[in-house]
Amino acid sequence: MLENVAHVTLEQIPTEVWKLKTDGYRFVTMTCCDQGDAHDILYHFDKNYQLKHLRIRLPKGTALPSVSAIFFAALIVENEMQDLLGVTVSGMAIDFKGRFMLAEGAPVAPLNKSVPGIGIEVQPKVAVTAEGTVKS
Amino acid sequence: MIRRNTIPFGPQHPVLPEPIQLRLVMENEKIVEALPAVGYIHRGLEKIAEKKDYVQDVYLAERICGICSFIHSQNYCQGIEELMKVQVPDRAKYLRVIWAETHRIHSHLLILGLLADAFGFENLFMRLWKVREQILDIMEATAGARVILGVCAIGGVKRDIPPALGEDVLRRLDDVERQLPELCDSLLKDYSVKQRLIGVGVLPKDKAHELGAVGPVARASGLKMDLRETGYAAYGDLDFKMIVEESGDCYARTVVRVKELYTSLDLVRKAIKRMPQGPISVPVRGAPPADEVLARIEQPRGELNFYIRGNGTRNLERFRVRTPTFANLPALLHQLTGCELADVPVIAICIDPCISCTER
Repeated sequence: MLENVAHVTLEQIPTEVWKLKTDGYRFVTMTCCDQGDAHDILYHFDKNYQLKHLRIRLPKGTALPSVSAIFFAALIVENEMQDLLGVTVSGMAIDFKGRFMLAEGAPVAPLNKSVPGIGIEVQPKVAVTAEGTVKS
Repeated sequence: MIRRNTIPFGPQHPVLPEPIQLRLVMENEKIVEALPAVGYIHRGLEKIAEKKDYVQDVYLAERICGICSFIHSQNYCQGIEELMKVQVPDRAKYLRVIWAETHRIHSHLLILGLLADAFGFENLFMRLWKVREQILDIMEATAGARVILGVCAIGGVKRDIPPALGEDVLRRLDDVERQLPELCDSLLKDYSVKQRLIGVGVLPKDKAHELGAVGPVARASGLKMDLRETGYAAYGDLDFKMIVEESGDCYARTVVRVKELYTSLDLVRKAIKRMPQGPISVPVRGAPPADEVLARIEQPRGELNFYIRGNGTRNLERFRVRTPTFANLPALLHQLTGCELADVPVIAICIDPCISCTER
């Protein structure tokens, strides 16, 4: 349902983000989802209530170039991604080295799917048929 | 050469309602650099949301914040409704506006009171919070709870406001409005208060845009940005007018919030008077499809974003929350740089920080 999504490569990120900035877009935020062997990363931008998104599939172990030199606002969300999802972000304006959101002794990259929730009762997964009925 | 010292402002400080630390690098009384240290109340809410049923997440979303709780659940429901293509009844949209705007009024009264407390006007703080109690009474009368209302549901709302209760709410709002001019004059016209706010923590328009500022912080710097203009829920039928100021200082942020009190009162009145008859919810079956949505809403502190990704089961694949205080942190760091240490409490309070939201 997201519209205006452009898929970009690692090398294209700074150029594409810079283009959006010069076009008058505001940096909204970034979203990162764990997809097993890679992270699905989305950059969200807004201009006059119209959203634009950049999407990149980042293989785990690959460093993501920071865009905090272009949009300083990206700094805190990049640090958060580094803490909570274990994404290495290179060239951040301020690098909290994994201690922005989490303290020492906290679980590593707790939002990754491989990390079970601590103290969370896991609900059983259920499937939905084409008719909309739920099967357990 | 002036010696530099680093002062930790917080995480526990009389002026901060919630824990956050600002590491202030000082040259004498002047701040030359500011860094945030967060994480004191990180709850791992996004992880919990993935483990729960998507209907249970309505309650979870409402508990992200203890101030604008209803608006969080509203944004979550709107996101799921968009994902599952659910058409919400018109009456439910009006009811959502009523509760969202009463939340905005109580949130603005809360922060204006805390601001008065921050600059040492304790009597004004108490009087503003006394009026806030009347707004909480309205929520209790209409929803049965004072802050965590629990009335928003996927597909509509759970409670109705019958006509007689609507009339009662209108009377209560008149009483609230009668008390506001005297309090607002103290905030906006008092010589001492103006001395503490005018020219303090200036955020120019271009910087506000570049740093991604949102809400009253952005609008006080001249940015015309209020998602209610997009007409979600019933705002498109209520002739909403955005409040914008130009000077970008703490005074302008206070003016925006004071004027928005009146805007919200007006919106609640119009919503009650124009609310159509009809059902207040529709049944929702099934589960969110394998698709994604970025739900946005105007919270009292600014734009709130929920990224919601379904996977065809009743558990969400990803639920990401970007709160307005999170977006306003870079702007706060900019405002603090170059200011005097004595102004830090007022500047920090003027972004209306909600740390529970920010850390989730």
